[in-house]
Amino acid sequence: MMTREEVLDKLNEIFRDVFDDDSIEVCDSTTSADIEGWDSLEHINLVLAVEQEFDFKFEMGQVVSMKDVGEMVDIILAEL
Amino acid sequence: MKELEYPFDSEYLLKKKRAVRKALLAEAGPFTEKKIAVLGGSTTHDVIAMLELFLLNQGIRPQFYESEYGRFWQDAMFPEQALDSFQPDLIYIHTSSRNIRQFPEPGDSMEQTRRLLEQEFDYYRQMWQSIEEKFGCPVIQNNFELPYFRLMGNRDASDPGGRVYFITSLNQMFYDYARSHDHFYIQDILYLSASFGLERWSDPFYWHMYKYALCVPAIPALAFNLSNIIKSMLGKNKKALAVDLDNTLWGGVVGDDGPEGLTMGPETSMGQVYGAFQSYLKALKKLGILLNVNSKNDPENALAGLNHPDCLLKPDDFIVIQANWENKDRNILEIARTLNILPESIVFVDDNPAERAIVRAHLPGVAVPEMEQVEHYIETIDRSGFFEVTSFSGDDRKRNEMYRDNVKRAGLEASFADYGEYLKSLEMKAVIRGFEPVLYDRITQLTNKSNQFNLTTKRCTQTDIVHMAEDDGFIDLYGRLTDRFGDNGVVSVVIGEQQKDALHIRLWLMSCRVLKRGMEQAMMDGVVKRCRERNIGHIYGYYYPTAKNNMVKNFYQEMGFEKVREDAEGNTLWRLSGLEQYENKNQYIEVEK
Repeated sequence: MMTREEVLDKLNEIFRDVFDDDSIEVCDSTTSADIEGWDSLEHINLVLAVEQEFDFKFEMGQVVSMKDVGEMVDIILAEL
Repeated sequence: MKELEYPFDSEYLLKKKRAVRKALLAEAGPFTEKKIAVLGGSTTHDVIAMLELFLLNQGIRPQFYESEYGRFWQDAMFPEQALDSFQPDLIYIHTSSRNIRQFPEPGDSMEQTRRLLEQEFDYYRQMWQSIEEKFGCPVIQNNFELPYFRLMGNRDASDPGGRVYFITSLNQMFYDYARSHDHFYIQDILYLSASFGLERWSDPFYWHMYKYALCVPAIPALAFNLSNIIKSMLGKNKKALAVDLDNTLWGGVVGDDGPEGLTMGPETSMGQVYGAFQSYLKALKKLGILLNVNSKNDPENALAGLNHPDCLLKPDDFIVIQANWENKDRNILEIARTLNILPESIVFVDDNPAERAIVRAHLPGVAVPEMEQVEHYIETIDRSGFFEVTSFSGDDRKRNEMYRDNVKRAGLEASFADYGEYLKSLEMKAVIRGFEPVLYDRITQLTNKSNQFNLTTKRCTQTDIVHMAEDDGFIDLYGRLTDRFGDNGVVSVVIGEQQKDALHIRLWLMSCRVLKRGMEQAMMDGVVKRCRERNIGHIYGYYYPTAKNNMVKNFYQEMGFEKVREDAEGNTLWRLSGLEQYENKNQYIEVEK
């Protein structure tokens, strides 16, 4: 079982890959406003990369209601 | 870049698109620049991002115009200022079954459905006509994928009230239009979605969440396929295959097992698999793809294998047979040299990963598909899109013959001591005339794919060609060459622009397969003749160096021009005056009056 920190670490890597920026440091309260290029259309690539990394599929309802990185971690932990 | 070749990892590309783009811009090039307007009926954000990667990998650097969400029709009918001034070289209309405004309902009669079909088709036809009038550029249009649900189940396919029936019929109307309109191309998403899996392709999550008409993981496949159409339109298709023999064309090693011990033919299931691959290659030959052998074998063993009664490809089906113990990259260069094509035009087909790695390392431009299992050979070549057909001319059909004739000519050349005697023996005849409508296609194709004998490397669309052919301010000439071995087709194109009493040569190209046959001189005579008719006193020639056209660096000097100027990049300007004293240079070709 992965810990919250481990999930966050993996997520950080994914964010760096998707937004091609090695200076990104995400935490629970990170939102799209904090990261350059994270708009609604780029969100899909993030979602896909997370699905691929953790091997599950988000439901539409989850994607719609996700507000920040912390909520994304909650969903991932529940799915693992 | 390997990451962008079939079979690419779509998820990786979507995730790392920014990094991949950076790498491409740093390592690839030089690029052909193209302006592409993407008019979408759904979200096109990642379609454009992926298309850019695949095009960059093909040496094309796109600049995009993207319509506002869903406004494809309005943009085409009433272009905004931004699209007008963009002046696209190409318009891609990305629509899908999601854009069909009205479907028939169960119980509708054939007549009602017919009317609906006409209405729906008209909507698109108006748009295409508007594009034709306003932009006159090529159009790539999606057909429609099958619906993701079927109200009537299987009956949906045959009942006039069924959506499957409706989409199938509407697609037919699109195909009829494509057949009767030049430079209108269908991108077949009906096939792509089937190949990908309609269920996943149409995943409603992506539509409702982001208004994508297809699932995002399918976008790389869509974009790759689209990039193949575009590179084909620009004359960047592959031209030839260099095929290994042992365990590629047949099972077993002919040198060890003898021809009788080889696996091919209808007797066994493995034999049938090789047979299917052989007949696939034979069918490619009909498209004008040049077949060649590149095999580590003694030549007599290679021929014995090819002459096996069950082998569907005979020695005569190949133009160059390189069967020896040389390294395979050397053999590819030899094939390219003999055919007079660039190594980049060749696809190397070999089951042996070590051979593939060597060729990849030494000849980075050569396409080297991953041939993994015999039963998947066809699919690997087919899906790679090396030979995507956007135009198909008589010359394409005859290409294998023409190249085989060329190899015979080379044999004849070797038997003459005097090159002039050899040229005489070819009994060459040429037609040199102004552009004619039936040849616009071929001329456009030549301007886009000639790299070596090309003084300015000016690429033209068919619209450019028509424009110059019809404008009296231009002198345009094509040259067609025939000899005792056959018809070479249209092999040379010259376009000059008249300014007062001077002609500025904007384009001069020739197919390398007729190099040093006197056609250069015959074209020169043709240009001078037309200049005299118009009382033009001076001809200006321009040479712009590229990575590939060094062979014509001194062409104008050889034609008697004097150099006027040269800049730091090596661009040169040449002038020929005193046309009254010009004496015809061509000695060996009989030019039709």
